[in-house]
Amino acid sequence: MSPTGKTLLEVDRLAVEFRTRSGTVRALEDVSLALAEGETVGLVGESGSGKSVLSFAAMGIQDPAARITAGSLRFAGQDLLAGKGAAMKALRGREMAMIFQNPRVALNPIRPVGKQIEDVLARHTDLHPAARRARAVECLAEVRIPDPERRYAAYPFELSGGMCQRVMIAIALACKPRLLIADEPTTGLDVTTQAAIMRLISELSAERRMATLLITHDLGLAREYCDRIAVMHAGHIVEVGPTAGLFAAPRHPYTERLIAATPVGANSLDELAAIDGNLPDLRRDDLPACRFAERCPQRAAVCDAPLALLPAEGSHRVACHLPRKVAHSLERKHVASA
Amino acid sequence: MFQAIIKRLVGALPALFGVIVVTFILTRALPGDPAAYFAGPAGSQEAIEEVRAKLGLDRSLPEQFVLYLRDLARGDWGYSLTTGQPVLTELAERLPASLELTLVGLVLAVIIAIPLGVLAATRPGSWIDHLCRGITTAGVSLPTFFTGLLLAYVFYFLLGWAPSPLGRLDPYTTAPDFVTGFYLIDSLLAGDGETFVAAASQLALPAITLALFVLAPLARMTRASMLGVLSADFIRTARASGLHPFKVLFTYAFRNALLPVLTTLGMVFSFLLGSNVLVEKVFAWPGIGSFAIEALVASDYAPVQGFVLAMALLYVLLNLLIDVAYGLVDPRARLEA
Repeated sequence: MSPTGKTLLEVDRLAVEFRTRSGTVRALEDVSLALAEGETVGLVGESGSGKSVLSFAAMGIQDPAARITAGSLRFAGQDLLAGKGAAMKALRGREMAMIFQNPRVALNPIRPVGKQIEDVLARHTDLHPAARRARAVECLAEVRIPDPERRYAAYPFELSGGMCQRVMIAIALACKPRLLIADEPTTGLDVTTQAAIMRLISELSAERRMATLLITHDLGLAREYCDRIAVMHAGHIVEVGPTAGLFAAPRHPYTERLIAATPVGANSLDELAAIDGNLPDLRRDDLPACRFAERCPQRAAVCDAPLALLPAEGSHRVACHLPRKVAHSLERKHVASA
Repeated sequence: MFQAIIKRLVGALPALFGVIVVTFILTRALPGDPAAYFAGPAGSQEAIEEVRAKLGLDRSLPEQFVLYLRDLARGDWGYSLTTGQPVLTELAERLPASLELTLVGLVLAVIIAIPLGVLAATRPGSWIDHLCRGITTAGVSLPTFFTGLLLAYVFYFLLGWAPSPLGRLDPYTTAPDFVTGFYLIDSLLAGDGETFVAAASQLALPAITLALFVLAPLARMTRASMLGVLSADFIRTARASGLHPFKVLFTYAFRNALLPVLTTLGMVFSFLLGSNVLVEKVFAWPGIGSFAIEALVASDYAPVQGFVLAMALLYVLLNLLIDVAYGLVDPRARLEA
């Protein structure tokens, strides 16, 4: 993390709702998250916790049924929600870009990959056609695709999954954005390819001082590549902090269980602890203040009181009334004084 | 590509042979005796036998079939007994009339159905979506001969906007010089605006009848296909790259949605060739459909066999055309040599 870096993306008390026939889904509530320039932040949590909803809202590509009901989104100080999303439209694909999971189906199947890069360049730059083509080949080379001149004319079905993900990264980075949102970029790829893709993303992020939001349910991946981690559960951010501190001393019982449920090295299956219960139904009217309370083994009366992210130690913050105590005496003083 | 086309054509030969066998057997199995028909009601038994021998119908079926094949191989499709003309000449004269009608009907349908389907898919639940549903329901539930009669009744008989539904040109206009056989094109080539208007006004009602019939499947397929593609992952990628909504809609969504529409187009074209028979009858259109019906009523074997064979050839060519078009849109479906 670069603490001196200026804040690039700032999500402040964001709430997103989906109006469906069976009720209103409160998919995000009171979500705040900031990304500094050049910083890589991991957004982790189980499926359905709202990771993708948050990133889609930040890009302005959410489902038509989704509504932002409260909060603000700012990019480099600019209000993204201003002018019915006109501000967002100007930045999307140019200043902020996104890559997705399952790269083979996330590319237009009947358009040569080079052309798909050119489409982005045509939209956001003034390059004339010949320069555009040259730049597209360059983009392919930048994501270390061998023989880019030939690959320019290839269709997605002629490329491997890893190559397709490289192409998607090339599309996202064609206009040199300052923010990259990577939504499970390695899902659907085999393990060795995963590592190569993650290395590529982190190298490019470092080279260009590009802020990166890595969305994943793979804690191991987040631990390896992220400066900070934000843990989401049922539309809330329950804990956020520097990677090392968060893994060494998770304060939220959900984070603790999430880490315990992640296989590390030679763990046998028996040692992995599953998290009891399911995400609460977000259409309910009687959602508790802490949406983890109903699954939480240490639930107490105080848990029904309103809740917010509170500082635990340094920039490490947690949304829990009964955060896990850390044995260290100095840290305890920290918590007490906070 | 060229090689692949040749390969496809050769591959169609067994199917064509099957068509020849089946139509041969079917025409022979039909009730009615052509010898009796052509000898006339006053013909004696002797006269009938004489006609039968002249037509070669006194021989055994296998023998007749071999003779038929031999003639086909020489390019001789037989003679029509009713008109006395070679079948091939008759078909060649009438085919442009049928094709012109079918193609104009198809183009009309495409021009209306595809934008309608696209608009309905991009605005689900809107009035245009309901309009699309209404039109497609009406289109499939109304048989062509009924819409044809209805249109002729309203626009010719009641309103008098359309000319009398009797063929390709009114009796006061002469046909343009033969170039393509399509009156619309030939009259334009001849620079004859008057004939063009006359031909177009004769063509309007039957073409609309056919268009209404095929509008439904085309619009429905376009709508369903667009809806499917618009929710695809690559559309989300295109949106996230900030591409202009028109670019996303046309270059990304529509071209992908076109694939099943093309398949449907090939299918409805075959339907059209079939339903032509009825529409040609209603509008006294001198196409191959009405020719075949007249021959069928007269138990005139050669034209019926010729008609079915010509249709089969058209189907084969049409399917090939659709496959080539499919390959142009979708690189995964390119014909391999």
